[in-house]
Amino acid sequence: MASLKDLRNRIVSVKATQKITKAMQMVAAAKLRRAQTAAEAARPYSQRMDAVMANIAGAIGDDKSSAPKLLAGTGSDQTHLLIIATAERGLCGGFNSSIARLGRDHARELMAAGKTVKILCVGKKGADVLRSEFDDIMLPLVDLREVKNVGYNNASDIAHQVLAMFSAEEFDVATLFYSEFQSVISQVPTAQQIIPPSIPEVEEEADSASTFYDYEPDENEILADLLPSNVTVQIFRALLENAASEQGARMSAMDNATRNAGEMIDKLTRDFNRQRQAQITTELIEIIAGAEAL
Amino acid sequence: MAENFTFELVSPESLLLSGEAEMVTIPGVEGDMGVLAKHAAVMTSLRPGLVGVTMGDGSQSAYFVRGGFADITPTSVTVLAEYAVPKEDMTKELWEEQKRIAQEEYDLHHAAGDEEKRLAARSYLDQLNHLEPVVLPA
Repeated sequence: MASLKDLRNRIVSVKATQKITKAMQMVAAAKLRRAQTAAEAARPYSQRMDAVMANIAGAIGDDKSSAPKLLAGTGSDQTHLLIIATAERGLCGGFNSSIARLGRDHARELMAAGKTVKILCVGKKGADVLRSEFDDIMLPLVDLREVKNVGYNNASDIAHQVLAMFSAEEFDVATLFYSEFQSVISQVPTAQQIIPPSIPEVEEEADSASTFYDYEPDENEILADLLPSNVTVQIFRALLENAASEQGARMSAMDNATRNAGEMIDKLTRDFNRQRQAQITTELIEIIAGAEAL
Repeated sequence: MAENFTFELVSPESLLLSGEAEMVTIPGVEGDMGVLAKHAAVMTSLRPGLVGVTMGDGSQSAYFVRGGFADITPTSVTVLAEYAVPKEDMTKELWEEQKRIAQEEYDLHHAAGDEEKRLAARSYLDQLNHLEPVVLPA
């Protein structure tokens, strides 16, 4: 049984921890608000981009042979690039590990099917998880630790790297792993194929309009511009979703931690009081026994 | 009273402008174009320049845009710019930043010996230099 002094020390230390987790929760809440606004602000762009992509893909039609490789693929699916985007910091519940797990399962599946897999990690935490198993196929990590708010230029740097690899024919298919933000308590790890892109279904209405489009310069040149920026936009969107998810996950993890600390304090205080009482009782018994002996 | 159409200017970071416009001028790669309602459907890529907007209520505004596309239909115009800033918010520092990015791009392709991309970056840089007196008030 721990002594009274030990118990008091433990209560003090748990209280200090609780203060920290409480503060982290509040910081995460504030950051979450900002990240969420950023993610929402970026949504119109990627929606319009999808619409434009669908239009152009519709205009090019089914003749995949003339379409650029970025749209139609290289015609093989031997080498896969997995871009796994996680956070730079821990203490955010299962956020990093669930993305990493999704990526790992995917990689194992592909390897079992005899494909070559390369992994590009964005964010340190995912790389830490995956390094033990996939060290030999991992590309140098993209470090965003110094970046406070993810900007379009961060996404465009990553996209440049990916596109350079694609044009050097270092992979055939690229899949992006990130966590989609749904709410503070729910973030869904998601895999999305970005090269070749999965074209959203062209709506009936948009389809009839697209047939009359004039292109300046021509379709192919626009497409040559559009496809790389589509990759950038998808990566940018994933980074923003991730940023919001990370803060959401951290907020609920820290909320849990604060609550647990509260429970622990209650329990320790109860133990402390019980023991103090026991000590008083013992002392009384000793006094009474001493008085009776006289 | 001229007819209006829906105009939207979006950059990856935000939706800068959305509303009913009377006329928009767009710096397309093959020349500037003024767009009124009922314009034929056109899809054009943009060169760096100023997008000028006259809104339905007669107010005017201008935005510096770089990269991206304009999607024009008879009833709407959507400008998807990779980078967009209201002209009055454009400062010397932001402008220098743009030039620096362009210069880096040029150096990169120059070093890699990629002639086609080098020329594209070169002409982009030239366009920026041409624009400087227009965008930056002295």
